[in-house]
This record gives sequence, structure tokens and C-alpha cells, in this order.
Amino acid sequence: MLWNFKKKIYPEYWKTYLHHFEKKDRKNLDTSRFVALDTETTGFDHYIDRMLSIGAVSIVKNEIAVADSLEIYLKQSHFNPDTVHIHGILQHGSKKKLSEEDAIKKFLNYIEDSVLIAHHAAFDIKMINQSLNRLGLPNLKNKVIDTMDLYASTRIKSNFIDKNIHYSLDDIAEAYSINLTDRHTAAGDALIAAIIFLKTTSILKKSKSFRLEHFFLKSNRF
Amino acid sequence: MKNTIAERIADFIKNFPPFDQFSKEDLYSIAKEITITYLEKDKKIYAEDEALHDRFYIIHKGAIALKKTINSKLETIDWFDEGDIFGLRPLFAKENYATDAITEEESILYGIPLATFKPLITKNRNVVDFLIESFASNTENPFSKEIHGSLYDDHMDVVANDKELFELQPVRYVKKVITAKAETKIKQIGQLMKQHRIGSIVIENDNIPIGIVTDEDLRNKVITGEHTIEDSVSQIMSSPVLCYPKGVSISQAQLTMMKHHVSHLCVTEDGTPNSKIIGIISQQDITVMRGSNPTVLMKAIKRSKSTKELKHIRKRIMVLLDGFMEQNIPLTQTSKIIFELNDATIKRIIERCILKMEKEPPTNFAWMSMGSQGRKEQLLHTDQDNAIVFENVNAEELESVRDYFLLLAKKVNKRLNIIGFDFCPADIMAKNPKWCLSLDEWKNQFNQWTSNTGADEILLSSIFFDFDITYGDANLTNQLSDHIFKITKNNSLFLSKLGASALRSASPLGFFRQFLVEQDGKYKDFFDIKKRAIMPIVDAGRLFALSNQLKNINNTAERFEKMAELFPEDREFYLSCSYTSKALLKFRTKHGLLHNDSGRFIELAALTKEEKMKLKRCFKTIARVQELIKLKYNVNNYM
Repeated sequence: MLWNFKKKIYPEYWKTYLHHFEKKDRKNLDTSRFVALDTETTGFDHYIDRMLSIGAVSIVKNEIAVADSLEIYLKQSHFNPDTVHIHGILQHGSKKKLSEEDAIKKFLNYIEDSVLIAHHAAFDIKMINQSLNRLGLPNLKNKVIDTMDLYASTRIKSNFIDKNIHYSLDDIAEAYSINLTDRHTAAGDALIAAIIFLKTTSILKKSKSFRLEHFFLKSNRF
Repeated sequence: MKNTIAERIADFIKNFPPFDQFSKEDLYSIAKEITITYLEKDKKIYAEDEALHDRFYIIHKGAIALKKTINSKLETIDWFDEGDIFGLRPLFAKENYATDAITEEESILYGIPLATFKPLITKNRNVVDFLIESFASNTENPFSKEIHGSLYDDHMDVVANDKELFELQPVRYVKKVITAKAETKIKQIGQLMKQHRIGSIVIENDNIPIGIVTDEDLRNKVITGEHTIEDSVSQIMSSPVLCYPKGVSISQAQLTMMKHHVSHLCVTEDGTPNSKIIGIISQQDITVMRGSNPTVLMKAIKRSKSTKELKHIRKRIMVLLDGFMEQNIPLTQTSKIIFELNDATIKRIIERCILKMEKEPPTNFAWMSMGSQGRKEQLLHTDQDNAIVFENVNAEELESVRDYFLLLAKKVNKRLNIIGFDFCPADIMAKNPKWCLSLDEWKNQFNQWTSNTGADEILLSSIFFDFDITYGDANLTNQLSDHIFKITKNNSLFLSKLGASALRSASPLGFFRQFLVEQDGKYKDFFDIKKRAIMPIVDAGRLFALSNQLKNINNTAERFEKMAELFPEDREFYLSCSYTSKALLKFRTKHGLLHNDSGRFIELAALTKEEKMKLKRCFKTIARVQELIKLKYNVNNYM
């Protein structure tokens, strides 16, 4: 049969990753696993720039488990000296670095079917998807939530606040008095996003109309 | 794999006992196993009689109270804040929890698994000793005393709620003792006292106390001419010094002071005058510990050296308020005292932030508090509403001057938030560039609001026109109030619109004389006392004040009293308004204290019949005020 030839053969780790999605359980705050993540990149161009590191922590039952965290550094094929002062990762620094494929393997194995959380999530997910595509793989299958959307919906609706305002991670951290010592390390920013997630959801879930699904980003955004 | 988060957690916990005794590797291996939880205010971490968790907790942020039901009353028996550990002793005792652990404010906790912690302590003799000692002392909070000492350096922390137990608690003494040598000149002693804002100095030799000199000695022996300021202090000091070991109870320290007519005791290593000084106890400190007396609190605010300390003082202001309410002290007095204490707290924060700026303000300015604090009606913690006005400067300097004040405001707003004044959800705060303006900019702003008035402008006017100067140059704020009266005088259009907005929440009683309750949301079936009762009366007060040019009166009750004075024919009516505004505020405060919140939403089911009657009487007055506004201000066109 013709369609059989078109079917691509994917590597084993991708099949294992897909396997997790067969459960099809409904995601909810009290039982599902969430992964808050952040990527540091060489810049903001999805095609040219590359990921330098991925940091992530998991949240289960409203608890962040430090033991279940991920911190990977990638070998750099593309180097952009302009952003080094932000993330502090050098091309030939001393940290142990993985190839793009090893990093992705490790990452997929870690996230499974968890709901992904990030601040300005579309950017990070797009970066990861580009990386997957370069390896001949399709986009991530996970549900994604942007902490900025969560935060924005906790704010009161007031005419004195610009409705289209974008809140940076620093803005929110300041409003919530969250410590900013690890700003601009992937793991540090992931932890800040995780705390913002816990705090905003504990406010939002009080409302009867709260549905987690409302915050899932549309997949055409990445 | 590198774990940045675990490294940072290790950096945090190493500052607190017993973790200061662990090696770096051990700390890291503990940190790797930690779970982080976020809890809102008033959430239970564990309950009395609950089975043990597999972990104990260290507070990263926030505060926890341990509560226990004693004689069918829930009492706080211990209180912890940042860096404190709790829930460890029950794990060792292997008994179910004996208390509830409840968050007193929103908190971030690190949970440390016992399975990770236990093997590590067996290697560490110091930690074991520490644990045994503290468990033996029968406190749930084994490290708190040590911690408070090291955290606050020269200050002490007060928790005691239970007055009987309080007497037997050990005195928390000041650890950073200011000392001098016997040959020091009296003049220098005076300078030292001034510099450290203290009333006594211990005279030592090799860290052994040989005498003590207090401001009383200066008064009695120097100012009288007996000695000159060039004499050495040894000639006027009291000697020998009364010494005690640490751990002396409050009542014992107090009795000793009374017996010997002294105001200070020295704490030494073995409790005799022959060992090293480790601290000092003063009469003053004991009074501060005893708690809640406005004068003492005021003094503590003025002497405070950190935001954290101010936060603790605020806690005690709440205890004081609670006492006032319980004893039924007239609200006028209560709110004046609480206002003064709040005001002093904000002033102190601004003072400290200006020092932190390391640069004097480029021009005169005033910090304005608005809303309830501006009206002197803020009893409980509510949101902060504030703004800055600064002197007019040249156009080219304007932005750099504004930048200075924005930075200052950012610091102040942040600290106010830490001590318990939440950020304003509508961003009406001085750190917002929209509300950090020069005098002329403010005047223009006010002109705009009063000449081209929509719903937003009315709302903004009602917030901003109730300002009160908290810090800085009163000239500026006076000019602003004059300006407001100038532009609202005879501005009947604006006043009519303001009148209409004062009627926006209809009378709180429904058609069947039932309370109107919230229809939806978290507070469904609760009565919103702020929106439905307090705001209408406050709005009315403001409207009368503007239209009758009542200058420099922001307090709603006082505004109505002034009206009663101006219009003797309606005296009774205005006085009942004044009474109503006080009664409602008291109502809200009582409920806020009861539920540890802003008191805004009231559960009708929990009210007594008498309280309901009282509320309804207030509502009748509100209805009458609203009728009057309708007639007087020609508002029908703007409804």
C-alpha cells in the first residue's frame, strides 16, 4: 500500500515519547505533572539562533521537586558574542555539554506528556521545535501554558492599566517579591516560572469558572 | 548533572542553624532532595493529630504559626519566620503532630525529607548536641531563639501572646553591646550614646564588665556640675554591675531591676561579673517585649534599623488594635493612634530609603498617602495608594529629577509591600511614572479631571483628592489642596458628576429590607461592606467637603462633624452620618481582625441580631444621605 511508504521511521526515543500520550488523561492541577522550563539561546531568531541550555523543574501536587529537575547545556554550533553577557555561557566553557540530539533525547525522556510551563512560552517551545525539526522530528505534542497569561488574568480589570501590557518575568517577580538571584540561568528562570505558576493558579482556581484548558496555547503559535 | 537550583537552596539554608554546622557537600545533598511548596495565607501545612509527614520544613519566605486548641480556644503557641525550622521534633518523637501549623502570611516552604537529614546528623556531633538541647527545652521551635539572636543582631523579637507564659519566658537580650573603657571621657560617652541612640554604655576591661553608665548618671552627676565632660567615665559609672546568665526570665529580670533601682542588667557568660559580657537587658527592652503600648511602639519604629524589624512592629500594632477593639475604646481615638503609628512607619521607611539612595533628593518633594490612609481610616492592612509631588524644575532637568523620585518610590513601595501593605492592584503607587509628578504637572492633571470628566476621571479624583502628606514639604501639598478647591469651586458640573458617583452603589438594603449580598465569585452570599456601605458614606463626605470648601479635613467622620458645625439646622443629621462612618469602620475592623483579612466581606450568617440591627441603622443614614445628594446636586442627568 502506498501510504505505508510515506510513513516516516522515527527513532526509538521519539516513539517512547509518543507512547506517553496514549493515556489521554485529562490534565488537572491536583494530579497531573507539570514541567516549568526555560531555555537560554544565542539570540531571538528562530532560524539562526540556537539553544545553549535548557533548565526545568517538575511540579506535582502543587510541589516543586528539586530532585526531579533537569539542567542541560548544549554544544554550540552557532556562537553569538552579543548575548554572552546575558546568559554567561561561553562557547568553550567548562560545563559539560551535550550534542543537540543527546540533549533532545534527554529532554523528551524527562518531560514525557507533562504540561509545559514557561514565561513567554511560545518562544521557548518554538526554539525546541526548531531543534526537533532539524533532527527530522515533528513538533512537541505537549500542552503548553504561558505564565504571562496566568499572571495577566489575575490582575484586576481596570481602565488605569493598559490591557495589552506585556509583563516581563522581572515585573512579575517584583510584584510577587520573588528572589531574582538566578535570573538568566535557564534553571533559575524555570524555578521562577514554577513559583509564579503555583501562585497564580492558587489565585485563579478559586473562581468557579477556572479551566486549566483555557490557558493551553494554540499549537499554531509555535 | 549540574543543579543550579540545589546550589542556591544550599546557599540559603547554610545561613540557619543547624545547617550552619553541615559541610558544603552535605548541604548540597540535602538541597537536592528538597521540595518547594507555595502556600497562601491561612493554609494548613499539617493539622493537630495528623499522621507525620516524611519531612520537616524550613521557611524560605513568609511566616508560620503553630496553633493548638487549649480549653476549646485555638491559641498560637509559637511563631516562625524566614529561616526557621518547624515540624522536626514530632518526627524524632514519632508521635502525631501536637499542633496545627498554619501560614500566617503567604509562604514558600522547603520540605526536607527526614530520610536525607537523619543519616547526616549522626556524623555531626555539634548538630546532635544542638538537637538534644533544644528538644529538652521543650520548644517546638528548637532553633528560634538562637536564630533570632543572630538575625537581628542587636534587636529582639517578640511573640508572646499568652500573658501568663510570657512572664516566665527568658528575656531576649541585646547582643551587640556598646562598651567603652574606664578612662574614656564623659564627652565621648555622650557622643557614643547619641551615635547609637542608646541610653547606657557598659564599661569593660578585657570584656569583663566593670561598670555601667546610663543617661541618668549623666543627668545626675554631670549636668548638675558635679563632674565636667572632660572627666573620665569611671568617676560617674555605677559599679559593680548586676550580672545574670542568659536565660533569666522576664519576671526575674524585672524584679531585680525594681529591687536594686536600676534600669539595666548585664548578661555575662556565667552570670557573674567575672566573666565575659555577652549582652545587656534594659528596662526599656522589657517594656518593648511586654508589648503593645503606643509610645513604646512609636519609639521602636523610630529606632528601627531594618524593614524586617518594622514588619515585626506592625504585627504588634495589630495586637494593639485588637486590644483597643476588645476594650471598646472609642474609634476616633483608636484610628488616630493607629494612623500615627502607620504614618510613622511609612515615614521611617522613606527616611531609610533616602539614605539608601546615597544622594539627597534633587529638590523638595512630598510623599502623599491616598485613599483610606489619607483619610486616616486605615486600621487594617489594606492596599497602598500613594503618589509623589515634587517642586517644579526646568524642563531639561525634569526627567532626571523624576528618575530619582521613581527610584526612591520603587524602594519605598517594595518595602511597604514587605511589611504588609499590598501593592495597589490598579498601580496607583508613586513608583508608577503617571503618579510621580511635579507640582505643575499635578495641577494640570487635576484640571483635566475636573474639566473633562468621565467615569474614570471621577474615580481618579475620588482617590487622589483625599491625599494626606506623609513625608516631605507640606508647602507642596498645601498648594495642591488650594488648587483643588480653586478648580472645584462653582464647578457645578463636576460636583454633580461626583454626586452621581457617590450614588453608584445603591442603598445596601434591598426591596424587602434584606441585605444585598454578592451574587457570584469567591464571596458569593457575603456582604461587601466596603462597596455597599463604607464607600457611599466616604464618597458623600468627600462631596460635601469639596462643595463646602472644607480644607485640610480628610477624615470622613470629621468632615461630617464640620458640616454639623456649619449647618446647625441639620446638626443631628450630619452627626448621625459621622457616627455611621465610624460605626462601619469599626465593624469592618472587628471582622478583619477576626478573620485576619481586610474585613471587607462579611458573612451575614455569622452576625448576631444586635449587629444586624446596628448595620441596618447605618444603612438608613446612608439612604438619607443619598437622598440629600440627589436633591442638592442635581445628579439626575448623570445617573
